[in-house]
Amino acid sequence: MEEVKLHYDVNAYDFTCAGEASGKLKRSLKDLGFDASLVRNVAIAVYEAEINMVIHAEGGVIDATITPECITVVLADKGPGIPDVELAMKEGYSTAPENVRSLGFGAGMGLPNIKKYTDEMTIDTTIGVGTTITLKIYNK
Amino acid sequence: MSTVFHSVSLNKDKCLGCMNCIKRCPTQAIRVRRGKATIISERCIDCGECIRICPHHAKTAMSDPLSDIEAYKYKIALPAPSLYGQFNNLDDVNYVLTALLELGFDSVFEVAKGAEIVSDATRKMLKTQDLLKPVISTACPAVIRLIRVRYPELIDNMITLKTPMDESARLARQEAREKTGLSDEDIGVFFITPCPAKITAIKSPLAANSSDVNGAIAMSEIYPLLLQKMDKLDEKQLKALEQSGKIGVGWAASGGEASASLCEKYIAADGIENVIQILEEVEDEKLNDIEFIELNACTGGCVGGCLTVANTFVAKTRLSALKKYLPVSCNHIETEIPKELGWDYPLEPLSVLKLADNVTDSMKLMNQVSAMVENFPGLDCGTCGAPTCRALAEDIVRGYASVDDCIFRIKNEMATKELAENEIDKLIPVPFRGIDEEKLKWT
Repeated sequence: MEEVKLHYDVNAYDFTCAGEASGKLKRSLKDLGFDASLVRNVAIAVYEAEINMVIHAEGGVIDATITPECITVVLADKGPGIPDVELAMKEGYSTAPENVRSLGFGAGMGLPNIKKYTDEMTIDTTIGVGTTITLKIYNK
Repeated sequence: MSTVFHSVSLNKDKCLGCMNCIKRCPTQAIRVRRGKATIISERCIDCGECIRICPHHAKTAMSDPLSDIEAYKYKIALPAPSLYGQFNNLDDVNYVLTALLELGFDSVFEVAKGAEIVSDATRKMLKTQDLLKPVISTACPAVIRLIRVRYPELIDNMITLKTPMDESARLARQEAREKTGLSDEDIGVFFITPCPAKITAIKSPLAANSSDVNGAIAMSEIYPLLLQKMDKLDEKQLKALEQSGKIGVGWAASGGEASASLCEKYIAADGIENVIQILEEVEDEKLNDIEFIELNACTGGCVGGCLTVANTFVAKTRLSALKKYLPVSCNHIETEIPKELGWDYPLEPLSVLKLADNVTDSMKLMNQVSAMVENFPGLDCGTCGAPTCRALAEDIVRGYASVDDCIFRIKNEMATKELAENEIDKLIPVPFRGIDEEKLKWT
């Protein structure tokens, strides 16, 4: 089956480039002719996850695998890990430092929003090692 | 390939085939072919950026000559409010309006009047209807076309109102019919336009069955003629024609329309790159707390149109001074929003940027594009005639270009001949010499 693989690097604490990867992915999905609502869901979910990487995880890599049926996005970082995933999934829960919040980020909606806009979301995290988030959005 | 009308056209004799316009075009709609710029019709949104950037004035807008008004028994001028910002030391708009009559028009109808009515309709709709937020203004035809080709999912956010020009033309016609008893064919309505996008909106209307406007005269063309007439006018000859206030005149510059919406949270973005950034943010649902967004393709708003004469920022200051003594607004909707002010039919998306008709084929092409891009130098130099290496690769997979169009191909060709490395390098233009050899291998 035909598939398209896309790779992006995300730099830590670089807010001038934050959102560039999700923006490029969005552009590619549009060029491929995916339905607008699917493109929007992917763009929003990946943007949130990308910002998380910038704020919390000292950057990382994003790998998207696109097939006509499904968009799979794997976001891997070598950050501090998430101590309590269940707590992190609660709306409004945030560990973002004040300087980040003053930029308008870190409202504690990141992970809940990612879940809301995706069909499947798995979080694989180890303290001190890093976090890998896998997102799946099906082309219905 | 296409029957779409565009007001932006090329004077082939003046075009040198340089890279300026292809790099500037926001929809990557221009390629240089055989030494001349060519416009990909389906992609062009008539924003006029290429007209503005072309150092050789090879790009022009197809506006109508003033003599066209002679074809009608009753001639009406529709001056855009941006016209008032073109004149130095103008303290009374009636000088401009009276001078228009002296140029042969039988009456003038300020587009500022139509703008005040559109503003009133906007306020009414925001108040009484459950509109998808943020509501996006539809006054700039280049923005409408941009949304249609690049952000089709945002069509639902657009306010379904026609432009101040359309509303003014409709009302002007109505007035003229009642006053003269003439039929529509005998009444000529001419818009004094600051931009080519409005010309296209007249000749090839969107969301409207037809336009009440018969022609568009470029502001830059009528300006010297007006100036001559205005110089000769003394105060006693002035006719009291002005019928609009701060709100109507304010539409000429960015922020005027948005502030007239009386929303608490609004954005007014101008300049095509800024417009694109805002649309990206709306698309990603980052601006859901914003009520109204005014977007103008030209920097500064309509006063920045490429058919204006005065510097955008100077014109803005002049307009502020003019507005100072005007009433807030002189035109209102008494009862309900007139049906004709709304769109005649919903706007359809126009997907011209996708690679193929279905996702699977598009994927094949995208993989080919990516492989090709890997082998291009990535300089986006434009010498192939496409704005970026990626755009060239897309053109190639679509069958419109060839890998031979890349200048670095020459270097590889030469490498097969018996030339020393440094001699090959000399065949490449100076800025491109000594590029990473690995990157320039061709597959």
